[in-house]
Amino acid sequence: MSSVSRFLTSRWGPIITGVAVGILAPLLVLWGNPGNMGICVVCFNRDIAGALGLHRAGIVQYIRPEIIGFVLGALAAALIFKEFKPRTGSAPLVRFLLGIFATFGALVFLGCPWRAYLRLAGGDWNALFGILGLIVGIGVGILFLRMGYSLGRSRPAPKALGWVMPIVMVVLLVLLIAAPQFGRDANGSPTGPIFFSTTGPGSLHAPLLISLAVGLFIGFLAQRSRFCTVGAVRDAILLRDSRLFYGVLVLIVTAFLTNLILGQFNPGFEKQPVAHTNELWNFGGMVLAGLAFTLAGGCPGRQLFLTGEGDADSGLFIAGMIVGAGFAHTYSMASSTTGPGAFGPFIVIAGLVVCIVIGLTMREAKV
Amino acid sequence: MSDVITVDARGLSCPQPALLARQAIQKQGKGTIAVLVDSGTARENVSRLGKNSGWSVTIEAQPDSSSRIVMQK
Repeated sequence: MSSVSRFLTSRWGPIITGVAVGILAPLLVLWGNPGNMGICVVCFNRDIAGALGLHRAGIVQYIRPEIIGFVLGALAAALIFKEFKPRTGSAPLVRFLLGIFATFGALVFLGCPWRAYLRLAGGDWNALFGILGLIVGIGVGILFLRMGYSLGRSRPAPKALGWVMPIVMVVLLVLLIAAPQFGRDANGSPTGPIFFSTTGPGSLHAPLLISLAVGLFIGFLAQRSRFCTVGAVRDAILLRDSRLFYGVLVLIVTAFLTNLILGQFNPGFEKQPVAHTNELWNFGGMVLAGLAFTLAGGCPGRQLFLTGEGDADSGLFIAGMIVGAGFAHTYSMASSTTGPGAFGPFIVIAGLVVCIVIGLTMREAKV
Repeated sequence: MSDVITVDARGLSCPQPALLARQAIQKQGKGTIAVLVDSGTARENVSRLGKNSGWSVTIEAQPDSSSRIVMQK
């Protein structure tokens, strides 16, 4: 087991993880997930927010087992390899805000960095503008890091704190299976407390156990390999360290080949699944997301894996993502297949202002 | 032998431990730098940075399960 771990922490780890994601994500689409959405951490948190009734966009409501698997798989790896170290105290409130704004940005593009790469690998050329925006956002974050930006230090915390997010995930799994429905209102709409889409992307999903197993497997691998779809670009530019970058590169190539074999590669700009063709806001949304993820220390997948290690600050980031998704779909900030929502462009600009202020002002406090 | 420069990177998010280590490497040029880290990720990232920069790297496990990475050139 320890030789497996050494292999995954070596430069091969992200490559193995990239291959696994590149094969399994397109397969999840074959097995039922929405197009080019085998895995999308932002979309899946948004679906969870909807399933919990935090927004009432009826087409995007489902408790995604992949998210549950990511956290519990990482938890298993962290426990086995003695890296379960509960911690908190690194500006949790700012991380909560960054989670909200990262989600606003990603939902204007319609995907997190994971899905941006998967969309590209499925032939959705609109993803190119998103990935370009992501790189620019990460670049701005790097400028702040060079200027001394820091959210300060986390401190060791009681074991119980580290178990909060894993337990939340188990509760979500119970809610997914039990799916309590108290009835319907006078108009025939379900009253919850759990909402599941009957049409649209939220109604499209692979079988529960398959999604959960894939999530667990990737969560385990990624905790060991430190896989991060934002760190990949950040470390390549900032530290000239390409370890994670090769992982993402291999992910894109493997997903492209898998899509080709499965007949899921459909090149073009128009009529791509769960996507729009507005170049400016595909770009702009991901500038915001890339900046917010960089300021928070990693991509949304990485934040989930860190909660599996007991990082409660990453837990706050995830909570921010779910709250942000609730706002985004309640107040017309999220895009649809026809283009940006009414307040999408506004919230991207506002979010950039907030993130720039955070980048300029947050420094480690000297004691 | 000159003094050991110590960089405390415990509790910091990615990529700050590696960034602080690199700043110390660039500032010192040679000598001995000790970087304190408390996560596996930071330990790997700082060690890799040191090796890639041509420094010899040894890792000392600390009693509190953190690590002291000693880089020499």
